[in-house]
Amino acid sequence: MNIIVCIKQVPETTEVRINPETNTLIREGVKSIINPFDMYAIEEGVRLKEKFGGKVTVITMGPPQAEAVLREAVSMGADEGILLSDRAFAGSDTWATSYTLSAAIRKIGVFDLIICGKQASDGDTAQVGPGISAHLDIPQVTYVKKIEGIKDNAAKVERMTEEGFEIIEAPLPALITVVKEINTPRLPSLKGMMRAKQAKITCWKAQDIDAEADSLGLAGSPTQVVKIFTPPARECGQMLEGEAPEIAEKLAGLLRSEIN
Amino acid sequence: MDYLLTDEQKMIQELARKIAVEKIKPVAAKYDASEEFPWDIMKVMAESDLFSIFVPAEYGGTGGGVLDLCLAAEELSRACGGIAVCYAASALGTFPIILFGNEEQKKKYLPDLASGKKIAAFGITEPEAGSDASAIKTVAKKEGDYYILNGLKHFITNGGDAQTYTVIAMTDKTKGARGASAFIVEKGTPGFTFGKKEDKLGIRASSTRELIFTDCKIPKENLLAKEGMGFIVTMKTFDKSRPGVAAQALGIAQGALDVAVKYSKERQQFGKSISSFQGIQWMLADMATQIEAARALIYACAKEIDAGCKDVAKDSAMAKMYASDMAMKVTTDAVQILGGYGYMKDYPAEKFMRDAKITQIYEGTNQIQRSIIALQLIKEMAK
Repeated sequence: MNIIVCIKQVPETTEVRINPETNTLIREGVKSIINPFDMYAIEEGVRLKEKFGGKVTVITMGPPQAEAVLREAVSMGADEGILLSDRAFAGSDTWATSYTLSAAIRKIGVFDLIICGKQASDGDTAQVGPGISAHLDIPQVTYVKKIEGIKDNAAKVERMTEEGFEIIEAPLPALITVVKEINTPRLPSLKGMMRAKQAKITCWKAQDIDAEADSLGLAGSPTQVVKIFTPPARECGQMLEGEAPEIAEKLAGLLRSEIN
Repeated sequence: MDYLLTDEQKMIQELARKIAVEKIKPVAAKYDASEEFPWDIMKVMAESDLFSIFVPAEYGGTGGGVLDLCLAAEELSRACGGIAVCYAASALGTFPIILFGNEEQKKKYLPDLASGKKIAAFGITEPEAGSDASAIKTVAKKEGDYYILNGLKHFITNGGDAQTYTVIAMTDKTKGARGASAFIVEKGTPGFTFGKKEDKLGIRASSTRELIFTDCKIPKENLLAKEGMGFIVTMKTFDKSRPGVAAQALGIAQGALDVAVKYSKERQQFGKSISSFQGIQWMLADMATQIEAARALIYACAKEIDAGCKDVAKDSAMAKMYASDMAMKVTTDAVQILGGYGYMKDYPAEKFMRDAKITQIYEGTNQIQRSIIALQLIKEMAK
């Protein structure tokens, strides 16, 4: 089974600081880690490989230092890392990012399953996974909490919803995004870390993937971040006091006056 | 301080720290209270290849040395001295096989110990033979192709939970210490059972039990080195393992300092953090300096052993003695800095103090370490 896991390097803190002028993330002075949700994607990929055999290829788009997250994925059991790094990719929104990743995946060629984390902890959009499946025109199942089984070239998975879960069967190749309920990611092993240190990370630039130049980076991004702000905390509502029947009466009165 | 560790040693440090912070810290108080053996953490360590670092590469290890083991033991102890000793005691039980095992013994036992599939223990102490190894009463009598073991070992770390034991027994009582021999005994061997589990002051996650041998028949191939080498096996094992005990003490002290610094910044009295008071600052400065001095001594000693230097007994004893005395002092000071909170089990300071005490006692009391140091000093003077 050939598995591709898409991961992202994100700042370690959940309190992301924004440059008010450029509206982009301030990365200086913040330690970078693998997006926590992507850890579940890597773990699930490695577990599938251990069960069915095959290969796990991890891919990320980012600045040259994003190579570190690929090495960490190798230390957890992934076989190969591909870094998409080029100035032409800079400023990509979720559309351009998913387009670029899908172009790289096309270049990889043969695959059975693409696994992504449900969303990144910095942008929180949850759009890149579904975007890749759309660009590749393959089925997608988001918020997967369990892979029930893979046979006859189809994956049967449980998809988490707010009320419970759905059981969905998708023909392969397909893309899934996973939630934290799916597994507990392993710690790296020492032998894995040694392997990761020596692993060759492939780096692809814009010309290495068959992509339209005007679909990449800022130019290829139809959305624009106009403003980023922290929404003001919701103000405290009106508190009614007294015994339950008394409160109920007051509440009914207030609601009545709202209607009228 | 930068000790110019190799990339591989930095990896071991990073990995052990990760295990300590993510896996051990959250459960340290739980295991301290329940005294259960931390199998789930042992499994994490095994999967992370932590048991492989002290085993030569030919037998499934990564071929690391004493310093590698010290780095791991230090980081693990920083989170929990009890869980760390479960790990370190396996190294102690494995060392005699690495140092004195023949090719067949190494091939048979080391791969499973390196992978963490099995853990090891070392058994020398008896109710009447602690520091005085010549008083050992457990006997191994040769009968044909077998040795028959009879006797009792007590205070054995990992006793009952380990699968592979290296045990010292007398093959010739008339020769005193020179009549002792070392054997490999596996759990499940008929006649080999376990006694009561001890209820301890500290390192409560680790198990300490009696090993009971009643006409326990083991193949003669299980003899390590030669008959009469038991005392040498023990001394050479301890020379190698003592920096590991020192590193446990170091980690425990560092963990206590971590807690004390954090608390002193948070604790407000007289309208200020207590870390702004000179009385507290001087305590913290002394603690940090003593820890760093111990670390420098331990790492230097470990590097010396790894480089193959002979006559390391004195340095190894110094590292163990200095670091464990330091740990007792630093952990006591940490409790002091936390004041009333330090004395309460809801706060982590007191556990470090309880865990520290054993490092002054086991693998040779600090009084024995001083004897080793003094004897060597006198010997050197006579040259």
